[in-house]
Amino acid sequence: MGVEICVEGLTKSFGHQVIWQDVSLTLPAGEVSVLLGPSGTGKSVFLKTLVGLLKPERGSITIQGRDLTRLREHELYEVRKLFGVLFQDGALFGSMNLYDNIAFPLREHTRKSESEIRRIVLEKMDMVGLIGAEGKLPGEISGGMRKRAGLARALVLDPEIILFDEPDSGLDPVRVAYLNQLIVDLNAQIDATFLIVTHDIASARQVPDNIGLLFRRELVMFGPRERLLASEEPVVRQFLNGRMQGPIGMAEEKDAAQVEQELAQLTEAPVVREPTPRLLPGPGIVRPPRWQAIARREAELHRREGADA
Amino acid sequence: MSLSPTGALRHSGHLFAMALDVVRTLPRRPFQTREFIQQAWFVASVTILPTALVSIPFGAVIALQIGSLTRQLGAQSFAGAASVLAVLREASPIVTALLIAGAGGTAICADLGARKIRDEIDAMQVLGIDPIHRLVVPRVLASMLVAVLLNGLVSVVGVAGGYFFNVVLQNGTPGAYLASFTTLAQLSDLWAAEIKALVFGAIAAIVASYKGLTAKGGPKGVGDAVNQSVVITFMLLFVTNFVMTAVYFQVVPQRG
Repeated sequence: MGVEICVEGLTKSFGHQVIWQDVSLTLPAGEVSVLLGPSGTGKSVFLKTLVGLLKPERGSITIQGRDLTRLREHELYEVRKLFGVLFQDGALFGSMNLYDNIAFPLREHTRKSESEIRRIVLEKMDMVGLIGAEGKLPGEISGGMRKRAGLARALVLDPEIILFDEPDSGLDPVRVAYLNQLIVDLNAQIDATFLIVTHDIASARQVPDNIGLLFRRELVMFGPRERLLASEEPVVRQFLNGRMQGPIGMAEEKDAAQVEQELAQLTEAPVVREPTPRLLPGPGIVRPPRWQAIARREAELHRREGADA
Repeated sequence: MSLSPTGALRHSGHLFAMALDVVRTLPRRPFQTREFIQQAWFVASVTILPTALVSIPFGAVIALQIGSLTRQLGAQSFAGAASVLAVLREASPIVTALLIAGAGGTAICADLGARKIRDEIDAMQVLGIDPIHRLVVPRVLASMLVAVLLNGLVSVVGVAGGYFFNVVLQNGTPGAYLASFTTLAQLSDLWAAEIKALVFGAIAAIVASYKGLTAKGGPKGVGDAVNQSVVITFMLLFVTNFVMTAVYFQVVPQRG
């Protein structure tokens, strides 16, 4: 079972530049959450702060009753063993082949025999579909493979929390779909707490239990997926529909008068709002009770929709 | 690197803090033997050839200078003594410092910097592994070991080069040259030079690691980090060399 992460009043700035302030949210144990936001709003910074790579100015991050922001360096290394992180480009060690990369955490942290390490590594490589690429160096493979290898490495220590930094950036739509399916399958299989940082709206609509949106140095909203998808908040609507009219501008936010004018024009156009079906674990995956409940709810929704039409 | 005085102070502080971290992490088990051997081999392989090639002309220049100087002073019998002293005391630590910073340090800095900007260092920390323990300590020790060995190499090649130029090219007498070897130089000169090399190796590796691990801003950032690491290391090494030489003359009684 995953663990809950409780973030309260978190503020981070570099010098005088505030990245985001007073961010409070709770990532429920075992659920999938997505953090959305326009480019440059500090989503990656937020991930790095969550694992203690960056120190926030104010606020607390509580995991299993311990406040990450107040831990000493060696305690932090202990807590980090709960985490698996998938970095943007996989962050594989360039000097090692994929097998050694994925075996690295096991060799460093456990006293397992080589044969046992081999079993675990091959199991995880099978999970992400990389069997046969063990001997390849990170420089020799595609970005999608690097991401999957990074994911396999993040999984070997059986983490309770998995953080994804833009898993879909730089991948084609088909690979993104596969990766989303993999994320959902993984959640059903290992039951860890997931946080996905992205700006891909399609994934954000299909995958998570909860969605959060960072904008203008603040967490605009964080809550269950249905609530955000149905929200009337201008920023949320603009972002989820990927349109230009609204508070988010090309470089920075726009001034209030312009936003109002744009939104007034927009109401004339019909607003189409179909509910997005949720991505469910694949057929070969044994669904735990949580996913069975979600699947039932989804089926219910579709039936009703079918009746409406 | 910012040019403000507080920025410079902050960087010095961080650098010193990392040096302390390295010292504190030194006794932590398990010792990264594999990484240490790999790094020692790597640093040696990038420095040995340039060191040998630099120390031959260095020894030759000293021999030529001293050869003509002793002739002008009418002290040819001291040519050997003086050139051995110069090579052993000053030339070999300086050549070692240049090479360990210029060849070894830059390689370490570029390697760690590239890893840093590819998020490898962050990934390592997230996997619960301290990069100071896993990467920096083995590099510092490897660089110290190689610096000590290089210093020996420079001394031998430098003295041999000096002998060749003095005896063969300036028609010095081999017997007089060899006989005067130990009139001025003493064994403690060699020890002092080796200790200097040890310290230089540590400083070069720590500065290179610090600059590498704090590289940011993509490939250009790595280039900048390497550049700064060489400049900072050179300044530190020459200052350290001066201080250590001054202390040496106070502590160890001189011959003659």
